[in-house]
Parts: sequence; structure tokens; C-alpha cells
Amino acid sequence: MRYVDEYRQGEQVQSWLDAIAAASTRPMTLMEVCGGQTHTFLRFGLDALLPEALTLVHGPGCPVCVTPIELIDHALAIAAQPGLLFTSFGDMLRVPGTRDDLRSLKARGADVRIVYSPLDAVRLAQQHPDRQVVFFGVGFETTAPAHALAVLQAQQAGLTNFALLSALVLVPPAIATILADPANRVEAFLAAGHVCAVMGYGQYEPLAARYRVPIVVTGFEPLDLLQGIHCAVRALAAGRSGVENQYRRAVQREGNPAAQQALGRVFEVCDRPWRGLGVLPASGLRLREAWRAYDAAERFPLSAPAPREHPECLAGEVLRGLRKPPACPAFGAACTPEHPLGAPMVSSEGACAAYYRYRSAT
Amino acid sequence: MSDATRPVLSDGPVCPLPLADQDTVLLAHGGGGRLTQRLIEELLLPAFDNPALRRLHDGAVLEAPPGRLAFSTDSFVVSPLFFPGGDIGSLAVHGTVNDLAMCGATPLWLSVSLILEEGLPLATLRRVVASLQRAAQAVPVSIVTGDTKVVGRGQADGVYLNTAGIGVVRPGVDLAPQHARAGDVVLLSGPIAAHGMAVMSLRESLGFETALRSDSAALHGLVARLLDTAPQAVHVLRDPTRGGVASALNEIATAATVGFCLDERAIPVADGAREACELLGLDPLYVANEGVLLAIVAAEAADALLAALRAEPLGHAAAVIGTVTAVHPGRVVLRTTIGGTRVVDMLSGEQLPRIC
Repeated sequence: MRYVDEYRQGEQVQSWLDAIAAASTRPMTLMEVCGGQTHTFLRFGLDALLPEALTLVHGPGCPVCVTPIELIDHALAIAAQPGLLFTSFGDMLRVPGTRDDLRSLKARGADVRIVYSPLDAVRLAQQHPDRQVVFFGVGFETTAPAHALAVLQAQQAGLTNFALLSALVLVPPAIATILADPANRVEAFLAAGHVCAVMGYGQYEPLAARYRVPIVVTGFEPLDLLQGIHCAVRALAAGRSGVENQYRRAVQREGNPAAQQALGRVFEVCDRPWRGLGVLPASGLRLREAWRAYDAAERFPLSAPAPREHPECLAGEVLRGLRKPPACPAFGAACTPEHPLGAPMVSSEGACAAYYRYRSAT
Repeated sequence: MSDATRPVLSDGPVCPLPLADQDTVLLAHGGGGRLTQRLIEELLLPAFDNPALRRLHDGAVLEAPPGRLAFSTDSFVVSPLFFPGGDIGSLAVHGTVNDLAMCGATPLWLSVSLILEEGLPLATLRRVVASLQRAAQAVPVSIVTGDTKVVGRGQADGVYLNTAGIGVVRPGVDLAPQHARAGDVVLLSGPIAAHGMAVMSLRESLGFETALRSDSAALHGLVARLLDTAPQAVHVLRDPTRGGVASALNEIATAATVGFCLDERAIPVADGAREACELLGLDPLYVANEGVLLAIVAAEAADALLAALRAEPLGHAAAVIGTVTAVHPGRVVLRTTIGGTRVVDMLSGEQLPRIC
């Protein structure tokens, strides 16, 4: 399979591992920002093959995991409205809110449907003109343009029964938060290649300069990750900082202007609470004033009680890279994929779920 | 009004026209009256015709062969009813035939229960019944008893089927998940993930096109080959349906308190299924199959049994995919394509919706 097999070849993996070992002249701590990258490391057993001098820390790049509990509660309150058709990516269904999750709500009779794209939700709104259709928009800059297109299509189709509940978030503010934390031990970042395919990587240059860190735009296949690590390790060893692009086959410095334009038309940047990290300034996307008619948060204001996290869940520390999942006392005991206490145990991109699934015996 | 004085109701306005002239299934087709009778006589009996069924008794009376019997049942709710490579009818025959075959049994008899949704086009029912008949005849296995119920519109999705089957187990053969033991070899009869991905590709929300076909097939012929070759060396047979190879091996690992070491590079994945899995972020090891089997066999007979599988058209791509170990009981560990290792756990996410 083209673009897959050539990035998974065992012999090449070994030669890149050797190159990384040769370049790792001292202990170094790297963070892969994106949950998709965490998943590849664990699915292929790749992190265990890295030299001991390297510590990999898994970042906050799982959008399901960082969606704040108040937004989950809001989604639950909207989905529970009689006659409403609530649509979402599948991963969100099991994420626990304060008292409930969407899957249980569905079992009790709410019309909650899994779709693969926000555009499917627009289609449902067209097919059910007598019903309110809400899409729970979750994701980073990668999926945000599809959400913008959904709103644009809804407007073109003259739909008044479609609305978006936006939990969309941005990567650079999360990296800035981690770097600004006095407890931070991350020395270099693998930036999320697909986010950069949309946004480009100019946004990361001021961060790399200000905090004097290497940031390597990296893809998602095993060889991508090894090449990204190699760039980061060589930069650290040489004392260099700045942005490098490993994922050249998909990412250009300016990104995808058409996608950025759609984003800018529909959304504006806002402050947003991240689950486990607190409110990060200018880290979320909400509908612009002109598009508020499509904003589910406005159309269905929340009157739910204050949200409450499960006291045993240490997702915040995991998401900030301060703790690995197995170091959480609840991991694999009180918290499993069947009974998750926090979102990172739910999503396929969540670090806790990835450790639970791929590491339980090792 | 007491029951005694209640007027005797007929089936209501029964259409005098023959079945062929009606369009759809009515509630009365399941009511036990004339329409039910007509459905049986005009549609079901001609398709499944055999002496036991022809007696139209409440149950089939059968001559039991000598030896041990295997008995299994399975229900089928697949959506859509028709998919590339099969349909709910053939699937319902293959599913139960395969369950019997995994017990080392030669399938003899099936029952078929139909649960129909009011309003189902009779043409659709005819297609399903014809497919049941074709699949049963190909095995061959006789459909000796059955039942039909109709539920109101919206209370089912077209057709649900249940089949139960009885087969006779070969003398001396004793297959059970508990019989897997350290040192055994794991054989896989063919490429995986075709069925689950073929059915998924039809879901309108996915919108991807593929030439992929379900692998739905009866596996008793492959099993007969294995048991002809080395009956004592075959310890466990399992068809990895829902939950895929990963779930089947985890169940065996738990039952036998053994571990499995798999080699990802050795596991054949159906053409098109691998690509579809990559696109959708699914792991082929968890995707359903309806026409492959796993055989846990003694190491010394593994070559001969692999050759036996490969001699059959359904087993031409058979492969050794791993071994049984005492090192990590209850665990399935995979050596990945790039030489790393990871655990292959039971499925804990959402199951793909209604694939069988």
C-alpha cells in the first residue's frame, strides 16, 4: 500500500534506530504532541525500541481527552432534549461527563448517532427538516475546516435546524502552556503533522525561538516518527532550536490556505478550558458573531449543575506529560476502557487507552 | 364481553389471490392462519423440501446416527441484508454450519426461524429463502424444521434469522479451547477482515467504494481435510467471527491458560480490507470474518496440516501465524511488522454495527 508500506519497513526502522542511538549523546526528553503519534508508538511497539537515553512523553494532542467536562455535560443536556437528533464522532460516546455519558443516554432512548464527518450531520438535518440536528464538534486544526464547511453548507442549504457544539481547540497554545510550566521537562517536540498540513508551521517558529526548543513537524507512520525523533535529537545534541519539517510529503510552511480561509470565515479564537489543563487563553475556536445562529451553545443554553471530575483521575498530569498512565493508581484498576474515569482511557488516541490496550503484559 | 361470547375472528380480510400476487409481508403472515399456511406451502416448503419438513409436524423427527452429536445455534441481524459476497440467508447457513464444524462435526440438520418485519417486500423474502436453500444444498445440510413470525413495522429491520444445527462428531475427535497447549502452532486458513469491511463499505455514511467481498463460506470441508490428515494433532478449531482473530485467540488463551505469540507479518489480510482498515483507523485483527478458521495444532503435524489446508480452494492462502506459549498465560502478544512487540487485547471499543 503506497504511503504506508514504505514507512513501515523493518530494515529501515533498524537503521534509523541506530542513527538515533548514535545521536543520543545524553539523556533527553521528547514529547509527541499528537495522540495519533502516541497510538503509532504503542501499536508498533516502537517506543520500546528507542535508546534508553530517550524519554518519550505523550502530549495533550487527543481532542477527545482534552474536551472539558462542562462541554460534555452541555452535550449530554442537549442530546437529552426530546425529539433532538444528536450526532458525534464515535469516541465521544463513552467519555464520562459528571454523571453520565452519551452512550448511556442513547441506551435510555436519546437519538444519538455516530457519524464520520460533520457533513454527514448536515445531511441528516436536510433529511429531517422537522428535527433539530446538533453535531458535537471535537478536534484540532486538522478537523476544524470540515466543521467550517458543515456550517457553510448548512447556510447554503438554508437549514435552520442544524447547529454545531464546538469543542474545537488549537495546538500552539497547549505547547506554550507546557513550556511555560516551571515543572516542564520536555526539551523538544514532535509537532502534529496533520495539524500543520492545514495551518502550516509558521505559528511554531516564535514558540521555538522564545523557549529555545527544537520543534519537528512529524508524520504518523513508524519511519516518520523515527525521522522526527532523529531531527529532534540531533538538534538537541547540537544545541540548536527552531522548527524543522520531517513531514514534507504533506506539509508546507504556509499550510493549506483554502482550509485556513474557511476556518477564518466561520470561527474566531476564544479562551477554552482543557480537561486537566485549565483555561488556556486563545486556545479554542467558536463560531463568529455572524454564524451564531448555528451555535448549539447559544441555541441550547446550559442550565446544568457545576461539573465535577472524578477525584481519582489524574488525566491532567498525564496530559501535561508529568506522569505516564501506568503511574496513575487508578490505571487498569478503577479505570479501564470499559469503565473509564477520564477521557484518556476512552479515545483510541488517548494515552491511557493506548497503554492499556498495547502494554498490559509488558 | 366474556371470551365465550367473543365472536370468532378470522385472519381479517384475507386476500384470495395467491402469494405471488402480493407485494409485502403482512402481520397476518405470522398469525398462524391462512396466510401463514400459504407462506409455508408456497414459499418455504418448495425451497427447503425434504421428507422431515414435508410432514409439517410441530418438530422434525430424525434418525440419530451413532456417535456424539454437536448442537449449536446462532442469530443473524446483519444490515444491509445483501452485501458483496453474501447475504443474510447464506450467512445464516454458513454461521451455524461453521459452529458445528469447529466442534469437529459433520453438519446434518438445520432449523430456520424467520422474524419478518411487516411491509418487507415478498421479493426480498424470496431472495433470502433462495439463498438459504442454495447455501444449505451446497453444504449439504437439510433444513428440517422452522418457524415464521411477523412483527410490526419498525419493530425489526427487514429480516432476522435464527438457525440451529445438529451434526455428528467424528469418532475420536475432541476439540475444545482448553486443549491448546504450549508448543502448539497457530494456523489461519485464509486472509482476514474481508467480511467486516465489505459490510462496512456499504454504509452510506462511509461513502467509500471497494471491490471487497465478504468471505462468507462453509468451512466443514476444510475441517474434514484437517481431521482426515491428523485427527489427534488438531487441538482447537475456531472461526474468528465477531471480534476477529484477536478476540478468538484471547478467549482460547483464557480458556486454556496459555499465551499466544503472533507474527504480524505472517497474518494475511484480504486485498482491499487492509486499505479500508487504514482509512478508517481499524485493526484488521478485530474485524469479523465469516469464512476463515484458526487451527491450534501440534507442532509436529503443523506442516502436514498447513499443506492440507492449502490443498483446498478456501485454504489456498493458509499460513502459520504464531505459536502457543506458557510464558504469558492469558495474553496474546504480537511481533509487529517493524519488529516491536505489543499486546493484542480483547476488543473494548464499540463493535462495528450489525455485521452478522
